[in-house]
Parts: sequence; C-alpha cells; structure tokens
Amino acid sequence: MKSLSFYIHNLYQNQQWLDFILYLGLGLILTLSLMSVVALVLVYAERKIAAHFQCRLGPMRVGWHGTLQTVADALKLLLKEDLIPKAADRFLFALAPFLTVMAALLSLSVLPFSLSATLSNMNIGLLFLSAISGYGVLGILIGGWASNNKWSLLGAMRAGAQLISYELSMTLSLLSIVVLSGSLNLNEIIASQAQGWWIWRAHLVGFISFVIYIISSTAETNRTPFDMAEGESELTAGFHTEYSGMRFAFFFLSEYVNLFIVSAIGSILFLGGWMPLHIGEWESFNALMDFVPGPIWFLLKTGALIFLSMWFRWTFPRLRVDQLMRFEWKFLLPLGLINLFLSSIIALGGFYFFP
Amino acid sequence: MFQSEYLFILPIIGLAFLLVFGTLFVFKWVTPKKPSVTKSQTYECGETTIGPTWIRFNVGYYLFGLLFLIFDIEAAFLIPWAVITREVGLLGLVEIGIFIFILTVGLAYAWKKGALEWV
Repeated sequence: MKSLSFYIHNLYQNQQWLDFILYLGLGLILTLSLMSVVALVLVYAERKIAAHFQCRLGPMRVGWHGTLQTVADALKLLLKEDLIPKAADRFLFALAPFLTVMAALLSLSVLPFSLSATLSNMNIGLLFLSAISGYGVLGILIGGWASNNKWSLLGAMRAGAQLISYELSMTLSLLSIVVLSGSLNLNEIIASQAQGWWIWRAHLVGFISFVIYIISSTAETNRTPFDMAEGESELTAGFHTEYSGMRFAFFFLSEYVNLFIVSAIGSILFLGGWMPLHIGEWESFNALMDFVPGPIWFLLKTGALIFLSMWFRWTFPRLRVDQLMRFEWKFLLPLGLINLFLSSIIALGGFYFFP
Repeated sequence: MFQSEYLFILPIIGLAFLLVFGTLFVFKWVTPKKPSVTKSQTYECGETTIGPTWIRFNVGYYLFGLLFLIFDIEAAFLIPWAVITREVGLLGLVEIGIFIFILTVGLAYAWKKGALEWV
C-alpha cells in the first residue's frame, strides 16, 4: 500500500531535491487535471441526463453530440467582465471561491482509486474527508454574507443551517461503517469488504446507513430535493447571486467536484470502492470480475451513485425549509443514533453475512 | 509510514490559491472592463435595495447552530470509540450508550421545548 506521498517523502529524506520537486508537481498536476476532468464530464452528463429525462436532446451543437459544450461555457465564463458589487466586502468576496475550491481539491487528494493509485493514503482518511466537507460550509456562508445582498444572505443562512444539520446524520452513517470495519483508513475500509460489501453484508444496518448517507449527501451537495441554498424560484440564485464570470465558475466547478467526492465516499464505504463484484462460490464469475482493474470498478460505482443523484433531481420536488429541518432533526438523527447502536452490536457479536 | 501522507495538504492549499487568484490575475488583461454605476449596484431584480442587509435575523439559525455544536462534539467523541469498538468490547458499548443517552435526553428536551420547530 504505497501511495504517491510515500515515494515523495522518501525522495525528501534521501535529499533528491530535483526528483522531489518533480514528483510533487506531478501530484499537484494530477489533482488539478482530475478536478477539471471531473467537472467537465459531470456538467455535460448532468445536462444530457436532465435533457433525456425530459425527452429533450440537450446540448447538440458544439462538438459531437455537444461534448465540447462545457469547454465552450468555461471559455465564455473566463472572458466575462469581473464584477464586484460596490456594497460588497471585497476581501471576503474574493476569499469565498478560494475556500470552496480548496475544500474540493483537498478532498480529492485522499480518494483511493485503487490499492496503489492514491495521492495520500492517510490513516484518518475518513475523518479528514468529513472535516473538510464540514469546512466547505464556510465558503458558502462567507460568500453569501460578503455579497451584501438580501437574497445571498438568505441563501447562505439557509445553506448553513441545512449543511450543518445534515452533516450530523452523515457523520453518524459514516461512523456505523467505521464501527463495522474498525478503521478510518479508506483503503482498509475497502479491504474489509473482501467478503461482501457493507451495503448487504451487515444485514439491514448497512443498508439503512447507506440510505441515510445518500439522503444526507444529497443535502450536503445542495442538490435538488434539498436545494434551499439556491432555490432559483425564491432566491434568484441564492448565495452566489452576486457572483459572475470566473468567480461564479469556481463555485459551479466545486459543486460538481463535491458531487463526485460524495459519491466516491459512498462507493468506498458501502459498495467496496475498487473491490470487484464477487458472488459467493461462482469461481469463474469471480475470476472474470477480477480481470477488470480496480480504478474502473471505482469509477463505475461512483458513476452509478452520481446517476442516482441526478435521477433524484428530476423525481422529487423541492422541500420547504421547515420540512427539511424537521426531517433531519426528528427523523434522520434519531434513526442514525439507533443505527449506530445496532451496528456496534453486530460488530461485537460478529453477526455478519459471509464471515 | 503514515506521517508522510500529510505531505500534500500544504501544496494543495497553495495550488487552490494559485488556481483561483492566478486565473483571475491572468484573465484580468483579457476581460472587458466597462464599469458603470448600475453594474456595481446590488442586484435585486431591478429594484433598489431598501435598508441595510447586515442586520439581525431569525434566531432559529442560532438555535440550530447551537444544537449542531453539541451533536458535532458528540461525533468527535464517538470517532475514537468507533475505531476500537471490538477492542473495548461490551464495557465500551455500555459506556458510550450512557454518553449517547445523556445527549438524547438533551435532544428530547430541545424537542419538547419546541427548539426543533422552524419559525
């Protein structure tokens, strides 16, 4: 289990400075390109999938079936005039997109794409991820407050209340998997699912925490049944009403990167990450599945969860603020606590399927 | 072995800084600049904003923030236990059960007092 950071640290200790700088730069470029590719692909996928859900074609003009549409949009946003409203707090206004992008990039750097293809294989990977995702709220709150616009402020406050509330049930559902697998390291959590993925291996507990995770992660990424932060029919554009051009593009970018990260965490914890699909004693089937490399499994599972999230968007109507808070505090949080208790009983008694 | 894994945090913060402010800095020379009074006004669908924005607002947000703080610290205490659930065994489960029970009483109190109602 050697990650890229491990090699780089070795180079540092052997004082091979040129190689050290080269590999450090390589890691940074990898993260940056991963971020941009994820954003480009997801924005295109969202538009296409949304279009086909509504029996439209979606973007068709730029490139083959509109594949270059996102590139064209990004170019357009880059060339827009950089506006800062006169009433805004200039320093915080500029700081907010930076905080949001930073949170997205930091979370990307710890995801394990396969056993060795990880940038940092932290022993507290899951804690780090949840800490960074909690920190992403700051960007939204600061951006909304600094705009000095009533809609921005309302959107930001709603987003803050929603994000901190759903973070609790998200943490509880993550914790029940930590209890079952006994580690915070993402690679070890995946390795503990060799006999079966946690979504079905731990009876109903794994499935319940999967459902809690999916609901709260949709709320964490401000996606449609929970998009109180933007609510375009009520708040124009929510916390980024005053942002335009490139500054808006950074918020947009990190929104899609966050969607990827949240789905990736879901696939790591509940669907076995880079672990291939195995069915009991079917030796030949299992051997065939082993043939597919880990990163492909990881991306397939993540893609399935992303598709689920996009499906939600065109299925459920938006909730009201009071319904949203009631659902979290009076239903999801007690359920999460009970689920955590049950999962610790399962872990202590060893009542797994496929032990 | 694991100490080396935190190597990337600082460079990535630098990268994010470079990405956001570098792009804005570079494209400053390309983008048009035609400032006007109307453009730099606060956007409110054509209306002029009435009164200041940075005023006192609904206390509900504060209440939920306070409740969140309690339960987030609870989660912070649960994480070390969750990692070693098997090692500390039944005794640990009972102890953490008492801890969660006390917090649940607090939640029930907030529920009964109506702090969980959005006003």
